[in-house]
Amino acid sequence: MRGIAKSFAGAVALDGASLTVGPGEVHGLIGQNGAGKSTLIKILTGVYMRDAGEVNFAGRPLRVASPREAQAAGISTIYQELTLVPLRSVTENVILGYEPRTRLGLINWRAAHAKTRRILTDFGIDVDVHAPLGEYSTAIQQLVAIARAVSLEAQLVIMDEPTSSLDEREVAVLFSVVNRLRAAGTSVLYVSHFLDELFTVCDRVTIMRDGATIADHAIGDTDKTSLIAEMLGRDVSEIQAAGMTELGGGSNTAGELVFEAKGVATNRRLRSLDLAVCSGEIVGLGGLLGSGRTEAARAIFGADSLSAGTLEFAGNSAPPTTPAAAIASGIGFLTEDRKAEGIIPDMSVRENLTLALLPALTRHGRIDRARERELVEQFIKSLGIKLNDMDQPIRELSGGNQQKVLLARWLAIHPKLLILDEPTRGVDVGAKFEIQAIIREHVEEGVGVLLISSEFEELVEGADHIVVMQDGVSVSRMSNPGITEEALISAIARAPGADVQQGVS
Amino acid sequence: MSVASPAVGKDSSKGVAWRSLLGRYGTLVALAVLLLVNILITPNFLQWQTLFVNISQVATIAIVAVGMTLVIATGGIDLSVGAVMALAGALAPLIFGSAFGLANPVIGLMLAIALPLVAAMACGLFNGIMISVLRVQPIIATLILFISGRGIAQVLTNGNLQTFSNPAFSYLGTGRVFGLPFQGWLAVAIAAVAFWLVTRTIHGRHLLAVGGNERAAELSGVPVRRVKISVYIICAFLSGIAGLVVVAINSASDAARNGNLMELDAIAAAVVGGALLQGGRAPVFGALLGAVIIQLVKYTLLANGIEDEVALIAKAGIIVAAVALQQGRRE
Repeated sequence: MRGIAKSFAGAVALDGASLTVGPGEVHGLIGQNGAGKSTLIKILTGVYMRDAGEVNFAGRPLRVASPREAQAAGISTIYQELTLVPLRSVTENVILGYEPRTRLGLINWRAAHAKTRRILTDFGIDVDVHAPLGEYSTAIQQLVAIARAVSLEAQLVIMDEPTSSLDEREVAVLFSVVNRLRAAGTSVLYVSHFLDELFTVCDRVTIMRDGATIADHAIGDTDKTSLIAEMLGRDVSEIQAAGMTELGGGSNTAGELVFEAKGVATNRRLRSLDLAVCSGEIVGLGGLLGSGRTEAARAIFGADSLSAGTLEFAGNSAPPTTPAAAIASGIGFLTEDRKAEGIIPDMSVRENLTLALLPALTRHGRIDRARERELVEQFIKSLGIKLNDMDQPIRELSGGNQQKVLLARWLAIHPKLLILDEPTRGVDVGAKFEIQAIIREHVEEGVGVLLISSEFEELVEGADHIVVMQDGVSVSRMSNPGITEEALISAIARAPGADVQQGVS
Repeated sequence: MSVASPAVGKDSSKGVAWRSLLGRYGTLVALAVLLLVNILITPNFLQWQTLFVNISQVATIAIVAVGMTLVIATGGIDLSVGAVMALAGALAPLIFGSAFGLANPVIGLMLAIALPLVAAMACGLFNGIMISVLRVQPIIATLILFISGRGIAQVLTNGNLQTFSNPAFSYLGTGRVFGLPFQGWLAVAIAAVAFWLVTRTIHGRHLLAVGGNERAAELSGVPVRRVKISVYIICAFLSGIAGLVVVAINSASDAARNGNLMELDAIAAAVVGGALLQGGRAPVFGALLGAVIIQLVKYTLLANGIEDEVALIAKAGIIVAAVALQQGRRE
């Protein structure tokens, strides 16, 4: 692809973008949110038509007008958002649109099931292909989506953030599939925010910024810091000085106790949580996918009712039984799944930002709109949210800016306790630093933060204490300074129940 | 290539602008076309009498459509509006026509308005609880009263047409304010209050949030259950008012016909007015316009001697057109 340009209603999304992927090459594509990666891919796959530039595929000019045509030409895509049918069986999802037929033109189910089983076994996934896909975890669904794309025998497979909902073991499975594709001569275009992954699987990497291609390296010729520098358009030395996270754990001075959980359990995979957060500190919650971290957050926030244990909040010992009560007593909860549990897509940035604060902006049921606008204006400025207009729908913003708006939703209530569930997932490196710096600033002002993160780096460098969870039980507590990534990983991976006595503090 | 391409971009953006304009003002354009056609072909269209007839008929659709718009904004639907109209309408004459009502005409009249509305709100409460507490799907939950509400009304009136003469009550349907039908003003006033509710109050913001993303709303402290119950109560309350107006117009209560097929008219008016069935939007004045369009189509066909059955088909056509426009708007 060379000299690609594309504008939407006057806004330039791409200008001078190019991309070259060799046969049998795994090619990384990185850039901040809004750099134009998705647009470039959508042009390649026929979702959008380009305004200028040329695309050659396998030596011939490529002009596709629909995803279906792109697929026929040998390009298949796995999008960030899953595009599967949860109520239909695994087989139906894998073969959808490409069903094997019998001589009568009916679907040959025996062949279909067999084909699906064969494809999935190749992936090391062992599931019942007759069962509805929705019964399986998001991770399995993601792998099925990938299996589907691969099964179309494409020459180029495009993966857009394929690992964002996979756990470590599943990531390993995915990487082995990528390696097998490479060995078979299939090219892979690999889009990811996780830079470490690129060094594991990719041969080359292309960096985009502001709608243009900045650089194209063999992966061995570059390192993580220079990639970040190129994505952000800053100096390498600047980045190194700033460190890899902006949270600054271990340096905060803890104030008085904000809340304490003792033996808390719910009916949703949370069996026993012991946890305390003081004002002005960050307590990390570590653990594998499904270890009960999000469930712990929901219990503290009053979203799930407790089946055992006690929650005590400073000054007010009655635990909230609804999110509304939790908010009223000064707790904010930035949810993990921005799309499903965070934004209200069609509402404006302003309305999204003030949603939790609304009762405080209201007198006799009427919203004080002047104060609302003023407040939103302040937050847009202080958090550096990039938008055209506070009245534009939030869905039009990039992921990082949406996340900032949601963070502002909670900062606006002046929380005593802020629960952050994967606050920097799916946002680009630049926004990640900014979000971490904002969190840091508020911790210094005395907010107590409970930080859930799957990024070890963020926890190890960012948190003052880390509570590790396994199978719905908080098994150990570590304190900074002194936590290393190795120590955290071994605490997370340690067999449950091995040393409970030493662990729980 | 690079010279030609900006022109392509410009062209397509012009196309998009044209479509979004049509999407935004499509309802107004449709209304203008309807008026023009009527002026050209319908005999005596530009007469005060025509205006009166249309206003007095459209008012009930508009009042219910406003309630329906609020329900749809939360992602729900209310099929029971017609049945609630019949119930409220059947109760009123029973109250002012009772021995007590005849002995105390003023109190009797007040009760004849208040009690049916309370009964209507009780229906709304029932719907709301079914939907938000017992988590029954709205279309099923409101189907219960859709069927049984009219049944109750017919039992109350023994299935008979009840005629009455009560000028004070009939004012609801036949009175004039500044020379125009009372219920027309009532509909506009209700729409104005609903508009204020949606755009200026916390309740309005909350109901849009629930329709826009229920889980996110709940986790942001929106009292989802209360919001849902309240919109069904409001919708039932407005249906009750519409039911009273219909009875007042006819000076008779006919439980079998009062509000018959009103749910379809109200949903159609809301959709034509720009409501999205998946929720998150509450164009209250759009619903008013939608009601006017539905009424005008009906009137046009009737005044030109085309049968009622054909009018139903035309109504379906309008809904299809409105939905098609909405699809264009969402892109």
